[in-house]
Amino acid sequence: MRTVDIDFANRRQLARLITQVENDPEAAAAIVRAVWPRTGQARRIGITGPPGSGKSTVVDQIIERARAEGARVAVIAVDPSSPFSGGAILGDRVRMLRHSGDADVFIRSMAARSAVGGLAAATRDAAHLLDAFEFDVILLETVGVGQSELDVMRAADTVVVITVPGLGDSIQMLKAGVLEIADLLVVNKADRPGADETAMHLREMLRMAPPSPGAVGAVGAVSPASAVARSTSQDVERAPVSAVEWSTSQDVERAPASAVAGGHLSQAWNVAWEIPVLKTVATDGTGIDALWQTIRRHREFLRESGQLGARRRQRVEREVLEKVEQALAAHLRSRLAGQPGLGEILARARAGDLDPHSAARAILDHLLKG
Amino acid sequence: MAERRLRVLMAKIGLDGHDRGVKVVARALRDAGFEVIYTGLHRTSEEVAEAAVQEDVELIGVSILSGAHMALIPPLLEHLRAHQADDIRVLVGGVIPEKDRPKLVDLGVAAVFDQDSTIAEIVGWIGREFGLPASASPSTAG
Repeated sequence: MRTVDIDFANRRQLARLITQVENDPEAAAAIVRAVWPRTGQARRIGITGPPGSGKSTVVDQIIERARAEGARVAVIAVDPSSPFSGGAILGDRVRMLRHSGDADVFIRSMAARSAVGGLAAATRDAAHLLDAFEFDVILLETVGVGQSELDVMRAADTVVVITVPGLGDSIQMLKAGVLEIADLLVVNKADRPGADETAMHLREMLRMAPPSPGAVGAVGAVSPASAVARSTSQDVERAPVSAVEWSTSQDVERAPASAVAGGHLSQAWNVAWEIPVLKTVATDGTGIDALWQTIRRHREFLRESGQLGARRRQRVEREVLEKVEQALAAHLRSRLAGQPGLGEILARARAGDLDPHSAARAILDHLLKG
Repeated sequence: MAERRLRVLMAKIGLDGHDRGVKVVARALRDAGFEVIYTGLHRTSEEVAEAAVQEDVELIGVSILSGAHMALIPPLLEHLRAHQADDIRVLVGGVIPEKDRPKLVDLGVAAVFDQDSTIAEIVGWIGREFGLPASASPSTAG
């Protein structure tokens, strides 16, 4: 086991440790193990939304509000990698340069690399590091997202989803996905035509959400019996048994691991938190005070309702299971590489003699026998 | 499974407002497989040094077309030393008179490229300097 010697006042070392967790899974394991006891204090706030919606500018404004309260602020801003060269241009920092020279602000750009969920594989580990380096507020800015990049809800306490006027009508907003993970919805560039309409559509969408949680939740497509069977620890976590009686950590521990890994997400998550729709013009600061106050209010809600601890326990559980899955997949890939029968099965699939499902099944059977 | 990617910070220091060249180079470096942090126009040398530390880059590419390179580069190198980050290499590009190049190199600049340099030359130099495999070549010609 590698040991890591860390000076928690050294920003250069922090920057280098982040590079190591990005580049080297084994180093990441040693580093996170070393800093883990110091984590858990930071507020982790996710900022997501489509490309060009103003995420970086909103982040810049939030940095200022948080600094005004004396908080130490860190940012991880993720931009996409080229699927062809693997390179990236990381440009979010341009919007935040006025904080240069402030020793209590640390901004790090990160390429998504092969990850497709809106964050990079190393974003969570980097957030753990920043937490251990005593940043009070950690802002996680995703790549510009479409409808289904949901990593951020597994990395943040509070998720801010930013949209802008003119992206689509109310039908777009009915669709499932990124809007559902919002704790706060922001219509940025609200000085543009259509902002009120966009905000109204969002409020309508929120009103249409099932008023009450739990048993029915978001499982309209399955029978009540299977709804119960599919109930995951997320549902347990997110759905209060009643409006006041919040579930406890024991519920999480009782939930079967398999259910968590494959779990769907219940809309009941936010049941006692009315998701606000805010309008901002991030370039001139309009509406930012209200946004920051609402983020703070959400933090209070999470704390008082017990959901802060619940979300975090669930997050850790998920992180552990994901790591197991990744390690298993890597292990299987290396075993597959040495399988003599594999080439033959693949050749039959390539030739069209075997459909993809059957080919996969044949390879699995081969592996599990061997 | 380890994946190292060269991180490069591209910056415009000072008052000149021409950023087409730096953007073309940034794009070419992306296509060569590097992770390029672009910091935009009108930066100070202090800002660039600090960003380079936070971003943990191995290389800073500075574009200067204003002719002020002899005034702007020394403070950048000084700030890097102050951050104990003078192991980060600095590449200067732009309109740099022949006579100033050895001076910049003496100051600690790793390489100077002018407006006649091709993208392939720049990427090739970076590849050799950082011991990268030759496959990291640009898909766009300069």
